[in-house]
Amino acid sequence: MTDTTQLWIIIIALGLGSFGLRFAFLGLVGDRAMPEWLLRHLRYTAVAVIPALVAPLVLWPTATGGEPDATRLAAAAATFAVGYLTKNVFAAMGVGAAVLVSFSLLL
Amino acid sequence: MAAGTAMSSYWRGLRDGLPFLAVVGPFAMLFGVLATESGLALHETMGFSVVVIAGAAQFTALQLINENAPTLVVIASALAVNLRMAMYSASITPHLGPLPIWKRAIAAYFLVDQTYAQSVLDYERNPDQSPAEKFAYFLGVMTPICPPWYLFTFLGASLGERIPPSLGLDFALPIAFLAMIGPMLRTPAHRIAALAAVVLALAFAWLPFNMGLLVAGLGGMIAGAQAETRLGIKP
Repeated sequence: MTDTTQLWIIIIALGLGSFGLRFAFLGLVGDRAMPEWLLRHLRYTAVAVIPALVAPLVLWPTATGGEPDATRLAAAAATFAVGYLTKNVFAAMGVGAAVLVSFSLLL
Repeated sequence: MAAGTAMSSYWRGLRDGLPFLAVVGPFAMLFGVLATESGLALHETMGFSVVVIAGAAQFTALQLINENAPTLVVIASALAVNLRMAMYSASITPHLGPLPIWKRAIAAYFLVDQTYAQSVLDYERNPDQSPAEKFAYFLGVMTPICPPWYLFTFLGASLGERIPPSLGLDFALPIAFLAMIGPMLRTPAHRIAALAAVVLALAFAWLPFNMGLLVAGLGGMIAGAQAETRLGIKP
């Protein structure tokens, strides 16, 4: 087990580092105009990073030791479908959670 | 700008951020429980959640601490997991860049997956907002996400009760993100970006330190930008 001093070194370094990453552009670029080619790429940050973050978690959930799981796949498909069709984040989460819980209780 | 519109933006953000409470609660509690089980004192566990305020990075650090990894390895690995925050920062700068520096610093501190994704989704849907209204909306979204992150870490650490794994609570986080993807797919360029990112994320999942996510994120952004130019899509 890491001792207390080391632990606080880790916490503070992670805090400073994480803030640095988050402040990098917001703080240093601020109001200055960014080139159009960069803006064009940045428009797709969320729609690229969020699906990339989720895809492995859906296909290989940590809770099942990385084995694909019918309940989680069904909940994922339902959530995405409702979100895509209704454009309503709230409804999509609700349906996804309902599918997840009902399948977990049934199977 | 009238204070009234900023206030209504704040409340609109708060309402849109509220569903994330169902995700943040269990996730933060789990961190509190696991940190306590790893031998961290209450103030140390809280230090993590308040100073670092980044779920995935905190879990990564905790796991490596448990494995007695060298301090430098713990820091480097957890920061690698957080590299996507720099991409979020760049992406939200066209919206919040005109704000005074202290407001940008506040936004930077609270810039997490959920606050970023929900805010950008709203800025794209309602592009006519002033920077002040966008900031108010961001703070609204943050309210049911970040303070509960501290609160539920505290509850998890002090109660220390096990969260039953059987109900698939681990899957609350993917559900919350999946729910946002559908509404984001506004144009063919957005759909191409998402598809490319998913394929790359799965193909490069084997890379260490979560680097596959960065490859996939950058690849998806390039695919989206290319599609926009070549198909002549209006962003």
